[in-house]
Amino acid sequence: MSDIAQRAGEIAREAAALAERAQALALEAAAAAQPVAEVAEPFLFLLTIFLLACFVGYYVVWNVTPALHSPLMGVTNAISSVIVVGGLLAVGLAEDTIAQVFGFLAVLLASVNIFGGFLVTHRMLSMFRKKGS
Amino acid sequence: MGAAVTTLAYLVASVCFILALRGLSHPETSRAGVVYGMVGMGLAVLATLARPGMGGYAWILLAVVIGGTIGTIIARRIQMTALPQLVAAFHSLVGMAAVFVAAAALYSPQSFGIGTVGAIRTASLIEMSLGLVIGAITFSGSVIAFAKLQGIMSGAPITFPQQHMLNLVLAIVILVLTVIFVATESHALFWLLAILAFAIGFLIIIPIGGADMPVVISMLNSYSGWAAAGIGFTVGNLMLIIAGALVGAAGAILSYIMCKGMNRSIINVLLGGFGGETAGAAATAGGERSVRAGAAEDAAFIMKNASKVIVVPGYGMAVAQAQHTLREMADLLKKEGVEVKYAIHPVAGRMPGHMNVLLAEASVPYDEVFELEEINNDFATADVAYVIGANDVTNPAAKTDPASPIYGMPILEVDKAKTVLFVKRSMGSGYAGVDNELFFRPNTMMLFGDAKKMTEEIVQALSH
Repeated sequence: MSDIAQRAGEIAREAAALAERAQALALEAAAAAQPVAEVAEPFLFLLTIFLLACFVGYYVVWNVTPALHSPLMGVTNAISSVIVVGGLLAVGLAEDTIAQVFGFLAVLLASVNIFGGFLVTHRMLSMFRKKGS
Repeated sequence: MGAAVTTLAYLVASVCFILALRGLSHPETSRAGVVYGMVGMGLAVLATLARPGMGGYAWILLAVVIGGTIGTIIARRIQMTALPQLVAAFHSLVGMAAVFVAAAALYSPQSFGIGTVGAIRTASLIEMSLGLVIGAITFSGSVIAFAKLQGIMSGAPITFPQQHMLNLVLAIVILVLTVIFVATESHALFWLLAILAFAIGFLIIIPIGGADMPVVISMLNSYSGWAAAGIGFTVGNLMLIIAGALVGAAGAILSYIMCKGMNRSIINVLLGGFGGETAGAAATAGGERSVRAGAAEDAAFIMKNASKVIVVPGYGMAVAQAQHTLREMADLLKKEGVEVKYAIHPVAGRMPGHMNVLLAEASVPYDEVFELEEINNDFATADVAYVIGANDVTNPAAKTDPASPIYGMPILEVDKAKTVLFVKRSMGSGYAGVDNELFFRPNTMMLFGDAKKMTEEIVQALSH
């Protein structure tokens, strides 16, 4: 009888030790996973947005009438110049002069594109007229 | 302004961009679409300027004024025939701006919240190199496309032995250097990567011939979008990612449509060489066959007595600036009770939709202009097909001759019309260097001469 009680006590102790080890392992795993999660999570979030936007673009652009494919290029050209935001942040927030110079140049080039792109698209579209108008 | 408000403004701007593209589904809604685009852009810029800690407003204003003035002047003065090279030039600017923003992020990562100098987050470095490389390729590729379209550089494909091998080696070197750059954050490596990416962009575009320019422009349009998205990932900006993805998708779809219009795969176009090397082998079928040549008066007589005329304009019409005279001719014919329509092949111009813009510029109503699938069945009931400045896109060999280099390309079936009037400078072959079987058909009348002059003469003959 005491034999069994002794064995049970041993098993209980072993189980406790095992649980302790498991907990330590879990902590270690969590610690190891943390930096990965920190890097991966925002990236996965951005990637999700990116992929969804690709699908939106795909369906919207297939609906563009072929007659307006040139204006489509003009307007997408202007839209891609939203990269100007990166330049603005560099000029406005950077403490490093070199970074500010790069930002300045980026804003300048993107501005050519924003103004030029939208204007030329507008010019193209204002020429498209219906019969009798 | 709080971070939430900025993010919200960016979201609204993204929606505006989507609506701008949505508007282009019909000419009636398209003008409103462009306004959405402008509002979105304005919102994006203002929201950024209102972020806490922002400064340097004087410099920003200076850059916007200089850039805006240049852009405005160019957009106002550019001739519609020169649209393709303008778009190529604009693409190059987006590419270069991406390179600059990537550089700014490298030298001042704290401005974008991606770490500090020497300790930029690994993920951001990967994204940065992606934005840099795509941006640089967009820049140099677009510069070459611009030079070819503007005629600064010959439109003929430039090929040399081991070209594709060199590109492959360069690509691998860029990949390896990117890995080292991400591990070391070395500024020197960043610039070396930029130079190599410039080189590969240059090398990718030089072997592509002039006739493939519609594909190249669409492709570079797509690249400029991916470059913007890459920078969006680098600086963690949702709006940039969304806008970049939209543009990237648009360019990719246009490339696909252009490739389909020529029955070529994108790989085939990229490997290049089209438009130059086949020219020699083409003249085989020509021989001594005779053609029927006519004068402007004959053409005017035939068209006046027709009930339905379909005009097929090609790039040659644009080069000759004949679109205004062409519209005059159509007006006179309409007065005579003739039904006039225009048929446009997907690759008729030097960029997608180019021919539609040129006709619109000449005040041709857009509801008289039809795409290939819409109008191809009409040729069978047309009395006259007036082909002006187009060649390969009407060649029946694309349907009948499996040996022809343009076999399988969708064509406008002008040969089904009762009479084909073919305006052409001489008997030379088209861009693809293929003889056109159509010239020798009994129902074809060749009108030899400059597209504009010939049409002017027809207008004269019609008006008295």
